[in-house]
Amino acid sequence: MGNGTRLGRVRGLGASHHGTGHWLQQRLTALGNVLLVVWFFVSLLRLPLGDHGAVLRWAANPTVALALILMVVSVFWHLRLGLQVMIEDYVHGEAARLFAIVVLNFYAIGAAAYGIFAIARIAFAGGSAA
Amino acid sequence: MAGKQPSARPLSPHLGVYKWAPSMAVSIFHRITGDGLAIVGALMFLWWLGALAAGPDAYAAFVACVWHDPDAGTVHRVTNILGKVVLVGLTWAFFQHLFSGLRHLVLDTGAGYELKINRLWSTLVFVGAILATAATWLYIAKEALNG
Repeated sequence: MGNGTRLGRVRGLGASHHGTGHWLQQRLTALGNVLLVVWFFVSLLRLPLGDHGAVLRWAANPTVALALILMVVSVFWHLRLGLQVMIEDYVHGEAARLFAIVVLNFYAIGAAAYGIFAIARIAFAGGSAA
Repeated sequence: MAGKQPSARPLSPHLGVYKWAPSMAVSIFHRITGDGLAIVGALMFLWWLGALAAGPDAYAAFVACVWHDPDAGTVHRVTNILGKVVLVGLTWAFFQHLFSGLRHLVLDTGAGYELKINRLWSTLVFVGAILATAATWLYIAKEALNG
């Protein structure tokens, strides 16, 4: 690993212009995903998934709803970082890459907002409606 | 990037000149499964979650499309098969990406770069993902048969 210029070392950003932030966030959200997605996966296996009322009561439980929201944040943050790397590797040309990154951000943030809103809707209203 | 430069400069050898090794395969599969989960997996999850929030009718429509329709028309007969194929694929992608990701977290500590160890872990990721996927779906099939 080179030491770079003095100014480069002060800024600590290197050739990628965003330093180690991306790398570290990917690892931290990966840890979050290991815990939360494994929990979600096991929960799905144990739930009677064909029974709307039973699944709704499970998801409306405050602890479950909170964990689901955390999972959406961790997963969509992680997938935004991962898809960004794919775009940076395979989409060439400044304009096309910028456009792809913008679309990616709209997807990741929009989809996460949709997911969180759905969980909130279930938690605040769904449990009793079943 | 390369397109803008004079072509006389030497290029680094492309993938084609290397002999495939488990470590290369596990690397590209990490990307493929990750991107697959990020798009197909995330959209399936949101579809399910949105249907769950929207009420019993929307949820029944989701189940009828993806899993099983009691009065199966031609369309749903096809989508039921496709749904299961996608779900099995997502299960495998999940385990492949999970095990491969755990391998990366260990590699980040500086461990596991010896050739034999690296090859062993890469192979174990593939074997583990297939075994875990098979175990999951055997469990699902067993539960379905027991009602």
